[in-house]
Amino acid sequence: MSLTEFAPVSPARRRTDRIMRGLLMAGTAVALIPLILVLYYLIYRGASSLNGAFFTTDPTGNFFGNQGGVRSAILGSLEIVGLASLIAIPIGIGVALYLTEYGKQARFANVVRYFVDVMTGVPSIVFGLFVYIVLVTSHVGGDFTGWKGSVALSLLMLPVVVRASEVVLLLVPSGLREAALALGAPRWRVVSRVVLPTALPGLLTGSLLAVARGMGETAPLLFTVSVAFGATADLGAQMNTLPVQIYNDISSPNSALNNRAWGAALTLVLLILIVNLVARAVARRSRMA
Amino acid sequence: MIPPETHTHDPISHDTNSHRSGEPTTVSATGRPPEEERDRPDVSALGVREGAGHAVDVAGLHAYYGDQHAIRGIDLTFPANEVTAIIGPSGCGKSTMVRCINRMHEEIPGARAEGSVKLDDLDIYGPGVDVTSVRRMIGMVFQKPNPFPTMSIFDNVAAGLKLTGVKRDNLRESVHRALRAVGLWGEVKNRLSEPGTGLSGGQQQRLCIARTIAVEPEVILMDEPCSALDPIATLRVEELIDELKERYTIVIVTHNMQQAARVANSTVFMLDGEVVEHAPTSQVFTNPRDERTERYVTGKFG
Amino acid sequence: MASSATTVPGGRSRFERSPVSRLPDRVLRWGLTALAAAILVLLGYFFIRLIGESATTFNTFGLSFVFGNDWDVSRSIYHGFPLLFGTIVTSVIALIIGVPVAISAALFVTELCPPRLRGPLTILVDLLAAVPSVVYGLWGVFVLEPKLLPAEKWFASTFSFIPFLGGGTPTLPNYFVAGLILAIMILPIVSAIAREVMATVPAEHKEAALALGATRWEMIRMAVLPYSRPGITGGAMLGLGRALGETIAVVLVIGNAPVIGSHLFNQGYSLAAVIANEFSEAAATPVHRSALFAAGLVLFVLTLIVNVIARWFIARGQHGQRGTGGTGVTVVALPAGEN
Repeated sequence: MSLTEFAPVSPARRRTDRIMRGLLMAGTAVALIPLILVLYYLIYRGASSLNGAFFTTDPTGNFFGNQGGVRSAILGSLEIVGLASLIAIPIGIGVALYLTEYGKQARFANVVRYFVDVMTGVPSIVFGLFVYIVLVTSHVGGDFTGWKGSVALSLLMLPVVVRASEVVLLLVPSGLREAALALGAPRWRVVSRVVLPTALPGLLTGSLLAVARGMGETAPLLFTVSVAFGATADLGAQMNTLPVQIYNDISSPNSALNNRAWGAALTLVLLILIVNLVARAVARRSRMA
Repeated sequence: MIPPETHTHDPISHDTNSHRSGEPTTVSATGRPPEEERDRPDVSALGVREGAGHAVDVAGLHAYYGDQHAIRGIDLTFPANEVTAIIGPSGCGKSTMVRCINRMHEEIPGARAEGSVKLDDLDIYGPGVDVTSVRRMIGMVFQKPNPFPTMSIFDNVAAGLKLTGVKRDNLRESVHRALRAVGLWGEVKNRLSEPGTGLSGGQQQRLCIARTIAVEPEVILMDEPCSALDPIATLRVEELIDELKERYTIVIVTHNMQQAARVANSTVFMLDGEVVEHAPTSQVFTNPRDERTERYVTGKFG
Repeated sequence: MASSATTVPGGRSRFERSPVSRLPDRVLRWGLTALAAAILVLLGYFFIRLIGESATTFNTFGLSFVFGNDWDVSRSIYHGFPLLFGTIVTSVIALIIGVPVAISAALFVTELCPPRLRGPLTILVDLLAAVPSVVYGLWGVFVLEPKLLPAEKWFASTFSFIPFLGGGTPTLPNYFVAGLILAIMILPIVSAIAREVMATVPAEHKEAALALGATRWEMIRMAVLPYSRPGITGGAMLGLGRALGETIAVVLVIGNAPVIGSHLFNQGYSLAAVIANEFSEAAATPVHRSALFAAGLVLFVLTLIVNVIARWFIARGQHGQRGTGGTGVTVVALPAGEN
């Protein structure tokens, strides 16, 4: 007796399959809608503020009249994040080197790894509080200063650098290390001449991602740098930063300041996107997978 | 000699002497464990089957991985209720061809197949055919035993049945029959709710076979089902295949020529995506027609 | 002693390195070890200092700080349950909205979408993490709040019979808007972890399901989701940790009212928001300042616990893979801002 038809698949099953697949696609679209909306409004409300004066004048702190641009905020952000990077990146790569070259799977190394991971979950405001307690209330080197903000940001950026760097360093083929060691090179030379150069693009990518993260933070700066108007480039004094500037302008009842907030926000997002793009470009040029 | 334990095959009884480990460790003079200690596969436990078996007819089959032409025009018939073995060197396309029969080949991104594969008169590559339906009727056992890790032994066997909304009581019945059929019932009946991955390799593979036959396919495809198993487990699976052919049409890919000689009615020798020879097994191994076949089976290459 | 094939003058074996040449290695090794240890010490030190600064508050108010309902700056009473309440409510809303969407996106990208769309879609979802929280706050205040208000009013009046969800008069800033923005902010991290976990489902399980005659969705339900469950749970908990600690976006859209809101669209407060909001005015008042530090301590401990549980789940979801030591799942593109 020959077969005349295939085993039936109930319409209910077919329907469920179609519905669920549709739902999953819809869910993905829903995930993307906020991104599109945020970018749209940033451009729509912020683009009009972006003119020469915006970038070349400092906020005046005036409520009425000329409120000024955001120059000091941009410069302040660049300086403070720059200093934070100088602190966090070398230390972060150093810790990652310890984990991959020396500690490996030892108990202590695993403890360090665990705590670095836990650090990524600590709210940034808590880091701000830490630095406030230790550095600001003790009036070490002034009250609110730019460099204390850098310290707070570096605490935030550190775990990002460590984790990203560890991943990259682990990707360096152990065969390379072994070849160098077999040639009689001491470990520190293997690290500096073989491991680091090979991993460099990846390390750079990880560091840039940490920088992008640091640029967007507000809360830690509130307690360490506070806010200042006018033109200060002195890390030893109170400084202005883009996130804090935006934060203050949002709360203002003056709609001109609100508009300035949109312009500043667009600037900030553009800066972060540029850093992200550079990070990706660097990653693509990496010699390892 | 220690007297063998007696098993009752009554599914209701709770036999406290049931085996804990997978394969029995005592071996008698014939190399097989003493009869009374093993559960023999009992395909008749599946009940009476209506009608005769069904043959698979492959015609003009081509298969591609992207631009790579892996199967270059195959015409083959797999006779009903027989075991056909497919042998050949690595990369000759045996797995690919078999995966075209249950349309698993096209699951790989960039892969496609053309031609016709008919189950009786039904072409599985026909227009509008539901792939899900095809796979229900043509089952597959894989090289590495792959019970679902998050499911119990019972749920593993029932997995395919649950898809078609079989009722709970019927489920229990079907699972019991499938496990009896593969000869696993005695070994697992007291631990049906334990994870499927807790069994030995050989038991896991028989579990996967039980899972496959629980949905009552017409054809069973086996892609090197014993290559991950030890020799004793392999023998038990081969013994099972011998029983299963009463009920199903079986195609087995194997790199082990002795295995083909042991279980298969006929054997196909493949090379570079083409069929070189298809003949009764004894002929392929003792008097092959093609020179390439002869070279392969005598071990001169591959 | 004369030198031989294996010794140099002085008796040292040729195969030994001189103590001097070993110095850089030693310095490097112990230097880096000390660096790693210093981080642990630093964290511990900060924790202790934070406890110290909060001591006044706990001594004065005890457990009422956490469970009492009366946050009144003018009378110097700091019973912070409204803060805890707001933190939890907004985080729960974030989970309810964000996790299903994140899982859907992850499933779609790993199982359903055409291969060439995978990269772009992944980048787009991850890009949500690049937007700083102050920008989300800005957008929330000027775009989301006004646009949602009519819908919120409709919802509140239509479903007024449901406690907490309905009834009451929606205000512009409220728990729901805060929760919604938090959902958007935790989406990238939950989705990234879900994606990573789903990508590790062995193909053989998916094939087994398909070979039994399962539809695509059935295969996902049989093989992908059960296998990924611990990892996804861990990812959701990491998202929860993130939502609990989020400051700036929340302080801008929650209303900063120290009350236990009676309905979803009520104004409220959160542990993180109170710190950001009252910090400048508290600078001069030690009692107030200590209360804010105490709020920070509670927040810190809360997020620590959630994170530890999350990591445990993720480790369990690795199913024996030991690729990258520590957590196994490494999400390199981390969210941009937590404030």
